Amino acid sequence: MAVPSFLARERIVARPGFNRWLIPPAALAVHLSIGQAYATSVYKVALVEHFDASLTAIGIIFSIAIVMLGLSAAVFGTWVDRNGPRAAMFTSAVFWVSGFLVGSLGIYTSQLWLLYLGYGVLGGIGLGIGYISPVSTLIKWFPDRPGLATGMAIMGFGGGALIASPLSRQLMNWYDPGYDPAVVGTVPSGNAVAGLFLTLGLLYLAFMMFGAFIIRVPAADWRPAGFDPSTIKAKSLVTTENVSANNAIKTPQFWLLWTVLFCNVTAGIGILEQAAPMIQDFFRNGETSTVLAATAAGFVGLLSLFNMAGRFVWSSTSDYIGRKPIYMVYLGVGIVLYVVLATLGSTATWIFVLTAAIIISFYGGGFATVPAYLRDLFGTYQVGAIHGRLLTAWAAAGVVGPLIINGVLDSRGTPGQLVAGDYRPALFIMVGLLAVGFIANLLIKPVSEKYFEPKATDAPTAAAAPERSTVR
Amino acid sequence: MSTPASTSANQQQTHTPVGLIAFAWTLVGVPLAYGLYNTVKAASALFGG
Repeated sequence: MAVPSFLARERIVARPGFNRWLIPPAALAVHLSIGQAYATSVYKVALVEHFDASLTAIGIIFSIAIVMLGLSAAVFGTWVDRNGPRAAMFTSAVFWVSGFLVGSLGIYTSQLWLLYLGYGVLGGIGLGIGYISPVSTLIKWFPDRPGLATGMAIMGFGGGALIASPLSRQLMNWYDPGYDPAVVGTVPSGNAVAGLFLTLGLLYLAFMMFGAFIIRVPAADWRPAGFDPSTIKAKSLVTTENVSANNAIKTPQFWLLWTVLFCNVTAGIGILEQAAPMIQDFFRNGETSTVLAATAAGFVGLLSLFNMAGRFVWSSTSDYIGRKPIYMVYLGVGIVLYVVLATLGSTATWIFVLTAAIIISFYGGGFATVPAYLRDLFGTYQVGAIHGRLLTAWAAAGVVGPLIINGVLDSRGTPGQLVAGDYRPALFIMVGLLAVGFIANLLIKPVSEKYFEPKATDAPTAAAAPERSTVR
Repeated sequence: MSTPASTSANQQQTHTPVGLIAFAWTLVGVPLAYGLYNTVKAASALFGG
């Protein structure tokens, strides 16, 4: 499918002398916008009341969006690699913003199916394309520090929720003065949420288009000053060859890494899903908890910070210690931390908070490091498309993680009466999952030569002799 | 920094204005700082309660 010429990859090839530090903010502009997906809880109750629907019926909106994220990243990954980041960011913005606009219409007209179609389906497609859109470009601009580069962008996905949560509360307060976010129990009206969707849609449109129009791809022969690719090749598991997306999914390495990501994300979701009630249940004394609701909300905020920071810090660290070793840390230390959480977590608040926060930093780190791991194994040729296909592990974990934790807790008692011991079976299941991921990571070896592309085909990048470059 | 080690033939040299880079980073940095401030404020309840 051809794209309009102003979006084409050939039009955005950077001239010599272009400063690559303009690329991370372009990527962040997209990821900070689509990261709103993790801030849906701020208007969930308002939608339940507006549509007179169950929490499950409203929760499905988010589930559809995450499933569509995984599917669209997998399906459109090759298209993204072929047409370049501007076309991908532009398309992502159109879908993401359409999702908000259609969703807003659905709320105004009280038609829930429009919200499923808008935020769920259209928005989810925007999420998937947007998530992978800057990744391969960043890896090509930062061949010397791919972990740092992708960590910066994917940190933005975590940061997007930090921005959208307080901003949404503030906007809903403006649209419905009767709603006061500081007062527990007040709920914004449906029209306030519709106004919020409309406003966020327009804000994100401007923000994402800014990213789309400053993004550039490097010329095929571009290298950072002083960078010698042979120093990268010298590290184990790192290839300077290229593997296509179609061939990558035939390799055991792809499926081992899929397993690693699935296990790491499932384990992290186990805590993220239940964060607020979990800390209260761990310190429950009869009918009441020693941890107040406000403190539990603070715990959720702290986890968000560690989720975001882990994406940047751990992914950057992987540039120095290597991708395989850092996943051994995520999964191996994660096992120890989960055991500590299950056995000692209820003995002191600081033990619970510290272990949970580090586990969540590993969860974020796992997301941010995986594009660089893919680059190491399969080269840069179609790393965006391969990343897109790998993200199906995220969609699967998004279903399995909550099923495990909710399934165990449902079998142990009723919410509001659970205690630390009721969480132990779920936490030990997570330990088992992390062990599976640890073994899968250990089994990852360099990709066999039979999957390599012929030497001359670095197609998306090599297609870069620009007819006319409009770059600065 | 990112000066090219080798350059394509017939390509004009360019220069990215520092102001543009600063503007781009500010545009993404300010909302992020707003989000961080609010989250740290919320998380402080964990240590104050």
